Amino acid sequence: MAGLELGEARMNIPLIVFFACALLAVAGAVTLILVREPIYSALALIVVMVAIAILYLLLGSEFIAAVQIIVYGGAIMVLFVFVIMLLNAGAEERTSYSKLATYVGLPLAFFLLLEIAHWLARARVPAAGGPPAEGVSSRALATQLFRQYLFPFEATSILILVAVLGALVLARKSE
Amino acid sequence: MSAIPITWYLVLSAALFGLGVVAFVFKRNVITIFMSIELMLNAVNLAFVAFARAHNQLDGLVFVFFVIVVAAAEAAVGLAIIIMLAQNRETLNIERLNLLKF
Repeated sequence: MAGLELGEARMNIPLIVFFACALLAVAGAVTLILVREPIYSALALIVVMVAIAILYLLLGSEFIAAVQIIVYGGAIMVLFVFVIMLLNAGAEERTSYSKLATYVGLPLAFFLLLEIAHWLARARVPAAGGPPAEGVSSRALATQLFRQYLFPFEATSILILVAVLGALVLARKSE
Repeated sequence: MSAIPITWYLVLSAALFGLGVVAFVFKRNVITIFMSIELMLNAVNLAFVAFARAHNQLDGLVFVFFVIVVAAAEAAVGLAIIIMLAQNRETLNIERLNLLKF
């Protein structure tokens, strides 16, 4: 009896993790909107990204989860926080929203959300098809990346180079 | 292993994308608007991974990898532009950066 209950509890653990992460992500996104200091918005976004990384783990793709943490949480968001600190960005100024935006925009945004969720819920996707339980191996992903997608991969390296040069030229103090 | 329906991931992804759109429209700070773009990219990535899992294919994960790489490049250039903007106009408020407006 106790063993059965334990088994059921163990079966529900992914479900609990999913709902915890989903709630965390949505709460972080809402916080990003409501908070007025950019630095708090950045911290909320980091929470969202970590929650999404855990969801990637739940979906069985460890490599993407690691990349999410390292590149998004570790590089991009640090860059954001760095720029916010550098520019000493304070609380954003309140501007007078138009009444139309408040009373029509918010319901319409909510309606858009509802609509997307509705159509996604009706979409016919295979019910959690059977990938291996241990998830996608990084080896298979690497094979795919370096065989079928080799040219886009090399193209992104050039893109990164151009982006670095562009950032340097832009951020340089003009004489 | 109790499978969580893929649809739930898609609904979560849609919710995050919608919140990203709302943040993009409502926020008044350039940096925060840029952050909401990242939020939308994350939501789309989640949908990609969920579909990759549903169809048991790796292509979705490769796309996510590319999206993350391009997002890194985009963040570097975008933040450089924001630094330039802050130096030249001395404001981060989007309402005052209306040079290209009629």
